Amino acid sequence: MKSCNEMNYSIAIYGGPYSDQASLSALHFARALLKREHRIQRVFFYHDGVYNSSALVTPPQDEINVPTQWQTLASEHGIELVVCIAAAVRRGLLDEKEAKRYSKSSYNLAEGYTLSGLGQLIDASINCDKLITFGA
Amino acid sequence: MSELLIIFRKPPIGTSWAREAIDLALVGAAFGQQATLLFMGDGVYQLLSNQQPDQVEQKGTQAMMKALPMYDIDQVFVCEKSLSERGLRANLLDFECQSISQASLQKLLNSHRQVFNF
Repeated sequence: MKSCNEMNYSIAIYGGPYSDQASLSALHFARALLKREHRIQRVFFYHDGVYNSSALVTPPQDEINVPTQWQTLASEHGIELVVCIAAAVRRGLLDEKEAKRYSKSSYNLAEGYTLSGLGQLIDASINCDKLITFGA
Repeated sequence: MSELLIIFRKPPIGTSWAREAIDLALVGAAFGQQATLLFMGDGVYQLLSNQQPDQVEQKGTQAMMKALPMYDIDQVFVCEKSLSERGLRANLLDFECQSISQASLQKLLNSHRQVFNF
């Protein structure tokens, strides 16, 4: 189905995977948007939503791996996966650079996700046609 | 017209919602957005004076609330109904804010292009 007014969306996710349905609902919503040929510029992970960016998420085999699903969708459709750095670091989600900065022996931010500031969420709300929040 | 409305519905401690909502307000203001804050539901507890979050090893939100004027955030609203439901009155609050009726809430929401709900 082709929509006559394609829009530029961003998505904010505040809920962690598995404990909250926010991320999974957002995935369904994102797929529906893309099916109707809307564009998704950015998915921003804030509050407990930052847990979606862990490379170590290991669900049982009969459950879907939410972080992996985001990675696939993002790489197929050029979507930015941005994780709030302040919310992430205090919850133990670090990339290589932050691990070095805080002298940690390992890091766990999944590939395809980027740590950045809250300004990226403000930017999405200013510059996208719609910002849709899940998990508030 | 104000551009950014942040709605606070959670108490100041117990979860990180309140702190992370204020963080967003301050970042929004730093990005040049005219920010309006609305406290409703249990969010009104964030406005009470004499909080002692250090008793439970938390920072609370009061210090950040005191920084609001530095960010030119002067539009702060509190939901009248949420206060009265909790037996609170505006004179118990630690911050200058305007009481807002249920009827005016809709107008406030409509007058902002970006609304964040915490």
